[in-house]
Amino acid sequence: MTTSVIAKGIVPRISRGVGGRSRVALAVGGTLILAWAVIALFWPHLAPYDPVHQDPLHRFAPPGPGHWLGTDQFGRDTLSRMLAGARPVLQVAPLATALGTLAGTVVGLVAGTFGGLVDEVVMRVLDAIVVFPTIIAAVLFVALSGRSVTAVVLVIAASFTTIVARSVRAATLVEREKAYVEAARLRGERSWSLMLREILPNVTTTVLVEATSRFGDAIFAAATLSFLGLGQPPGSPEWGASVSDNRTWLQIAPWTVLAPALAIASLVVATALVADALRSRWEAP
Amino acid sequence: MSGERGLRVDGLTVAYETARGPVEAVSDVSFEVAAGETYGLVGESGCGKTTLGRALGRHLPRGGAITGGRVSVDGTDVLALAPAELRRWRASSLAVVHQEAGSALDPTMRIGAQLAEVLRLQGRTRREARMQVPRLLDRVRLPDPEAIARRYPHQLSGGQQQRVVIAQALAARPRLLVLDEPTTGLDATVQHEILGLIWALRAELGAAVVFISHDLALVGRLCDRVGVLYAGRLIEEGPAGEVLATPRHPYTSALLASAPQLGRTRRTHPLAAIPGRPPAPGEAGTGCAFAPRCTYADDTCRAGLPPLDMVSGRRTVRCHHAANLIDLSHDGPAARAEPTAVDGGGRLLEIQGLTRHYGGTPVVDDVDLTINRGEVLGLVGESGSGKTTLARAVAGLGPQGSGVIRLDGRELAAGVGRRDARIRRAVQMVFQNPDASLNPSHTVRTVLARARRSLRGTLAPGELAARADLDAYLLDSRTDRLSGGQKQRVAIARAFAGDPELVVCDEPVSALDVSVQAGVLRLLADQQRRTRTSYLFISHDLAVVGYLADRIAVMYRGQIVEQGPADDVLAGPHHPYTASLVEASLAPLGKADAYAVGDVTAKDAVGCRFAARCPLRVDGLCENEDPPLITLANDHTVRCHLDATGLPEATALEGET
Amino acid sequence: MRRFLLRRLAAIPLTLVAVSALVFAATELIPGDVARAILGREASESAVRALRVQLGLDRPAATRYVDWLGGFVTGRWGDSYTLKVPVRDLVLDRLGASLLLALLAFVLLVPVAVTLGLVAGINHDRPADRVISVTGLTFGATPEFVTGVILLVVFSVKLRWLPASAQIPPDASPVEALNHLLLPALSLVILCTGYVARHVRASTVTAVESAYARAAELRGFTRAQVVRRHVLRNATVPATSALGVQLQFLLGGLVAVELLFNYPGIGALLLQSAIDKDLPTLQTTAMVLGILYMLVVLGADVVYRVLDPRVRLGVAAR
Repeated sequence: MTTSVIAKGIVPRISRGVGGRSRVALAVGGTLILAWAVIALFWPHLAPYDPVHQDPLHRFAPPGPGHWLGTDQFGRDTLSRMLAGARPVLQVAPLATALGTLAGTVVGLVAGTFGGLVDEVVMRVLDAIVVFPTIIAAVLFVALSGRSVTAVVLVIAASFTTIVARSVRAATLVEREKAYVEAARLRGERSWSLMLREILPNVTTTVLVEATSRFGDAIFAAATLSFLGLGQPPGSPEWGASVSDNRTWLQIAPWTVLAPALAIASLVVATALVADALRSRWEAP
Repeated sequence: MSGERGLRVDGLTVAYETARGPVEAVSDVSFEVAAGETYGLVGESGCGKTTLGRALGRHLPRGGAITGGRVSVDGTDVLALAPAELRRWRASSLAVVHQEAGSALDPTMRIGAQLAEVLRLQGRTRREARMQVPRLLDRVRLPDPEAIARRYPHQLSGGQQQRVVIAQALAARPRLLVLDEPTTGLDATVQHEILGLIWALRAELGAAVVFISHDLALVGRLCDRVGVLYAGRLIEEGPAGEVLATPRHPYTSALLASAPQLGRTRRTHPLAAIPGRPPAPGEAGTGCAFAPRCTYADDTCRAGLPPLDMVSGRRTVRCHHAANLIDLSHDGPAARAEPTAVDGGGRLLEIQGLTRHYGGTPVVDDVDLTINRGEVLGLVGESGSGKTTLARAVAGLGPQGSGVIRLDGRELAAGVGRRDARIRRAVQMVFQNPDASLNPSHTVRTVLARARRSLRGTLAPGELAARADLDAYLLDSRTDRLSGGQKQRVAIARAFAGDPELVVCDEPVSALDVSVQAGVLRLLADQQRRTRTSYLFISHDLAVVGYLADRIAVMYRGQIVEQGPADDVLAGPHHPYTASLVEASLAPLGKADAYAVGDVTAKDAVGCRFAARCPLRVDGLCENEDPPLITLANDHTVRCHLDATGLPEATALEGET
Repeated sequence: MRRFLLRRLAAIPLTLVAVSALVFAATELIPGDVARAILGREASESAVRALRVQLGLDRPAATRYVDWLGGFVTGRWGDSYTLKVPVRDLVLDRLGASLLLALLAFVLLVPVAVTLGLVAGINHDRPADRVISVTGLTFGATPEFVTGVILLVVFSVKLRWLPASAQIPPDASPVEALNHLLLPALSLVILCTGYVARHVRASTVTAVESAYARAAELRGFTRAQVVRRHVLRNATVPATSALGVQLQFLLGGLVAVELLFNYPGIGALLLQSAIDKDLPTLQTTAMVLGILYMLVVLGADVVYRVLDPRVRLGVAAR
């Protein structure tokens, strides 16, 4: 009966501390993501040059007035390529996240609600898939099936499905044991009704937290696959591929590598900050 | 000042930093506790008693600060000590025991090491400390100290853990001992043992003891003097016996009237809930903090804070009307007799040979039980006795097992999924934890409407809520915004949505404050009177069961050891275990031989389950052979090897029965 | 404890069968013809057909799966299609190299991450905590090849302190070898530190705010004594399971890091064999990585159970 004063909410210290920090993180991260989204949509209007236009006379130009971020081995404008590179990542990540979260939620909810044999089978399969980190699974599938946006999206989504399904299943199991679900069973509610009307509304926080965290992971994975040469065809301005292509010239033209690298970093960090801020907000009591 | 012995608190004020600025949790509290004296601080949750307890050791959670006043112990001004001095003072003079002893022990360290650590801090050598550990454990009456010292905290029972924490407190020879709800959460008999131990040790220690509790009656049994806290202020103070017998503050009186007592039933003494709820810190206005809930309040009360007045030689009261409110004896207006149990309703529920296992151990072991139509059957037992498993089996939840449950003569399927709609309408349940029993995403209206639809009830959500004394404006609140008491009212309204014949109540009030509990118990009694629904009412608290039940069944380690009409079971003669329960809630403390019982969780399936703890055990018989069922009187049975004359005698109950 | 271990060990073959089925199914998905891919566009149809028979690709998938699994279990891992060397030598050699790198990363990771997590947890909600938490979050979110590139630019290109390639020359001294491995190991450490520190921080906060820590302070122990005697163990023990999860991350990170630093490890081998459609190498590499991961997680669970007396001795029946 006598809980600590903090638990009683007399001292809203935790929520205030995180809240103050999370507001800044949310603003900074959100602005960055928004900026990259705008760039992904409108880069043809923003880029000073055509990102694939080769200019043999200005190879390896250092950053300067003509080319703010210099040029690469073919004389292509680094800034323009960096801006153009935002689009492929921001195509893959939201799609893969949405697909993976949706599938994972369905699988986790069903396994958690129905339990028994359904749950057992689903968990065994998930256990086997989880053995492979996203990247290793992706290498296996994408390399073999041939590179395509669809393959990248599908393999990332599949990997997320297992992660999301495990979290949602765990949350569902917690809810399923609660008295309000038992009360519904006492009234004779059907399992589907239990799942959708009683349990689902109470695992949405978990789903949202998963979705925001997975979005960052999706960008991470897409960029890495592109770096490994499993993204779009050679020559595309994709960030990961640019880092990979230009690393041979690291000694003479580090800007060609740093620009896309920092672009990736800024987007993933922004996503992580937003995800963290939202998580602490949603999970606050 | 320096010659003074004991604790002296002067105008102590504690505030917490919040988003809305500092908020006072404890305001201008003054009291004294002489060395060797025990002082009880009583109040409901949120009244500031825990904060006050922590302020005495100058150990507030972050965000909290002592903003005024003095605390001195044996003349030492605690608030003036420099950090290093404070540490030395804590090591030499202070001991604090919190509730939930398990969490106060480091889970990764052996008991012996944790005690030795404290002894080492007192300046003992490693060797001396190791030698003294068993002696210390023996002082708190723990059997086999050497073995206990080698264990980890999780290998001890709750009562044993609390004894270890008390042993740590004793290591320091404290001058001030603060006990913050040291027995809350423990079983009644264990609680009684621990209180007995504290009673015995306080004389030995000669320290000033501050005992913090929500339980006024308990404080009355243990303490010399008592202070009642409300909204962070002391509102009444005096010798414990006097305050309990003749409360002078309306809150004290109301608090006493809301607590169930053995021997007082819903028919003779309906409980009086205190309307409203205590203000949260910072919420109280300028006037008397209790005025919004007080039947005697007038404009004076709402306008200005009443002073703490001396009303007699040793008693003070903070009330504008203290001079006029002389007789507030809490027996008050109640005592209108109601017809006692209706019989002749016939059998509603019959349970025969019910057995349920968890992981191979029988939790419910061959139980026979009958509930008549229109009857409240109270099922009492300590944690782990199997009472919740039994209740859930009746509702069709939990593990499957053997045995028969019949409703109206028709056998019920073990799982609720295989019971038909009519049965499901007939058997409903009210759960223990108010926070889990309602879907937090739904509004009250949705909860009740869904129940009405699936149970094919006739009453609209608004009417259901009104019958549960819920204000109409709450209908569209999400249930996670409700208080604990409101949640349980919604849960009760939901259980009654489809004209149930039997409502299983699994500890429905154990998570609630006394004044809120009274309202919920009263609602349950009212609903029962109106609908004549039968209850299977479960509680660990004998007084609560005694208040509501027509018949009582006592459960111990999976078996019903006694059942019969409530009056007979409570009055005795009874089963030795029932006797220990009655004793725990009535008998005076201070019985010397309060030794902790050893490992009573051993899963021996032969003999009397209570044999290991029974003071009347017949050696060689009780632990080897299952006891027979003996009939004491009409419908009153006991499962014991002793014959009727050998059973513990009738206990004199306080109230009239 | 023994029951737990037996149960977990018994589950391994089951999971392995599932994993092997997945790996095999994945390699079966290849569009087009492996034989054609190996021989190239110009090869004659009959040569391709001959190679298919030679590789056994003309037999039903189920037969090949059983053969392959049997071969894998008994250590007959076959020859690489493209490199024409026994897969076993190839994979074990590369595995050794990768384990060396992973071990170095792990040895650096644990003290750094645990210290940071403890410092943040003990000072929680103070500036030190915020700096550590935000930095950890930032680093953990950044792909390892990005941090790797930045490390390369700073330490190899600008400062010229460390070599850009991780390939250890055959006659290198241990110190030189360490120099080659330091940058790739650091990129892995940076990747994982944030997560591990976050877990340690959380359990530290729990321990610092626990009733037993408060009780110890009330008994007159100094803050430092409380941290040393009660917080340290309670904060680090739960983190061992987080470490297990991070090791998985570390293994996944090997692919990109090995590619970036031209390191001849198993991650690079996986990528190369996938691109080359070198099936025996690819299947074996994937299986070995899967087993490695399972053992790592099991190891972390076992360590956790050994360290925590509540789990080790079982929770007393109430």
